[in-house]
Amino acid sequence: MALLNIKNLTKIYRSGLITHKLILAVDNVNFDIKEGEIVSLVGESGSGKTTTARIILRLLKPTSGSIVFMGKDIWRDLKSKNDLKWYWRNVNGVFQDPFSSFNPTHRIRDDLLRVFNLFEHNYDNETKMNLVREALQSVGLIPEEVLERRPFELSGGMRQRILIARIFLIKPKLVIADEPTSMIDATLRLNILNLFTRLREELKTSIMFITHDLGLATYVSDRILVMYKGRIVEEGTPEEILNNPKHEYTQNLLNSVPKLYTSWFKQL
Amino acid sequence: MVVLETRGLKAYYILRKGTVKAVDNVDLIVNEKSIVGIVGESGCGKSTLAKTLALDIVPPLKLIDGRIVIDGIDVTEMPLNQARKKIAGVKVSIIPQSAMNALVPTVKIKNFIVDVLSEKISIDSEKIIELAEKRLKELNLPVESLNMYPFELSGGMRQRILIALATLLNPSLLIADEPTSALDVSTQKIVLSTMHSIFIKGLVKSILFISHDIATVRQIADRIVVMYAGKIVEDGPTEEIIHNPLHPYSKALMFSILTPEIQIVERVKKALTLALAGEPPSLINPPPGCRFHPRCPFAMDICRREEPKLEKLEQNRYAACWLYLKR
Repeated sequence: MALLNIKNLTKIYRSGLITHKLILAVDNVNFDIKEGEIVSLVGESGSGKTTTARIILRLLKPTSGSIVFMGKDIWRDLKSKNDLKWYWRNVNGVFQDPFSSFNPTHRIRDDLLRVFNLFEHNYDNETKMNLVREALQSVGLIPEEVLERRPFELSGGMRQRILIARIFLIKPKLVIADEPTSMIDATLRLNILNLFTRLREELKTSIMFITHDLGLATYVSDRILVMYKGRIVEEGTPEEILNNPKHEYTQNLLNSVPKLYTSWFKQL
Repeated sequence: MVVLETRGLKAYYILRKGTVKAVDNVDLIVNEKSIVGIVGESGCGKSTLAKTLALDIVPPLKLIDGRIVIDGIDVTEMPLNQARKKIAGVKVSIIPQSAMNALVPTVKIKNFIVDVLSEKISIDSEKIIELAEKRLKELNLPVESLNMYPFELSGGMRQRILIALATLLNPSLLIADEPTSALDVSTQKIVLSTMHSIFIKGLVKSILFISHDIATVRQIADRIVVMYAGKIVEDGPTEEIIHNPLHPYSKALMFSILTPEIQIVERVKKALTLALAGEPPSLINPPPGCRFHPRCPFAMDICRREEPKLEKLEQNRYAACWLYLKR
């Protein structure tokens, strides 16, 4: 059974007070994510990929369609505060700019300790701190170096690691990662991506990458969904997409991405 | 013929909290009919190098030491004001990062270009517009755009027109600092082909192409220079640098490129990646010896003590690494 099942998802943005302008951001999208699967949603800016992510994270209400997570429709079946807690305990996001995910005035220690509000079980303070330390170590950070610092004192790569440490602490079933490495330098990017694959190996977490970077998607995913103008136009394994792209948009995208083994211009 | 030569170039930012050694002892030679790519990650000094070479040196940036010779003229011998007036825009032209936002929104493109050029040469505005029209035609760009305001043009078109206009006086060297990084992939390709035709038509002698995106640099450059923490660590022909890098940092950088290609998928499967620990050092207080040694998996004793010089290892190949240098 799929962990997440999305059926006929549509989102229409309305703008303008008198003359209503309608923008079809997500157009009848269907897909599912299995347990422990890494899926990438690839598209250029304006394709509707981030809107889809925000709807799954329950940050944005869809116009129509259903999102069923572990048998529950997240916009119809989650009613009480406890239902919501359960959902956010199991579905978590990592975003492009890790700076905006932290309260800038709080120390990292407080940000991470707040995670325990999501848990039903009450741990004592010592256990909590030990769990926090363990999580920081598992993403390659030295707890003593970061715990007492504030977000602006850390580099982008470190902030992103702390967000992933948070995931290791929460142990959700599904992580939605929206461009998690686009602000990080290339040589550090691989480390971050490897953390995500470890998350899947160790905790069987399902991960959905939202990215414009087809190269990154082929590196991490089991399956790639290509989104264009609000629709999913192509679906396949990385090898299938690279060797035999079927939709014209995917073919154009593949042709216009600069490559390492071929050159656009004749060699000089 | 050598178009650009720098010797021991040092350009530092003088800040209250310390001196940032952003370009530290850089020796670079760019020959005629060559496109040289400068690659590196944020904070490696590549943009500072571009600014310094274009003589766009304003505080807190300061030229500390070294020579810059452009087309046989030593620009470091004359006062900066004079050099900027005589050389910048005439012998060397720069397309800065986010150049497409450099246009004045309330001024038509043609008036903008007249304003800029009348500072440099004494010809009347009609001649300048004529020159601009000719150049746009040469590069298959719409001549009508001269009569438009910047907002009437798309980002990619603005960038291409700016590139064309930057070369109006046929400078010997064109410096492009991340000219495509703000554009989406399909526009990137079009902008790059404009730059390529400028080069092929001989409108400039050489191009210095600065970018963090190695796959883009690879499309256009015949030579690649890798920078790390303010220094050049490797220099060589494009194909060699990409497929057979020597310096450990270049290796990590090249193996971190993830382009959608079946060869890359295979390379990843064979675990041929070199993920680096740590982060680039502070340039206020860089580590002694080789600046890469704290992150280098091959670091030896000498790397912590002595700085390796950029030396010739094979035909056209240079690296600054104790793994290859004679002690």
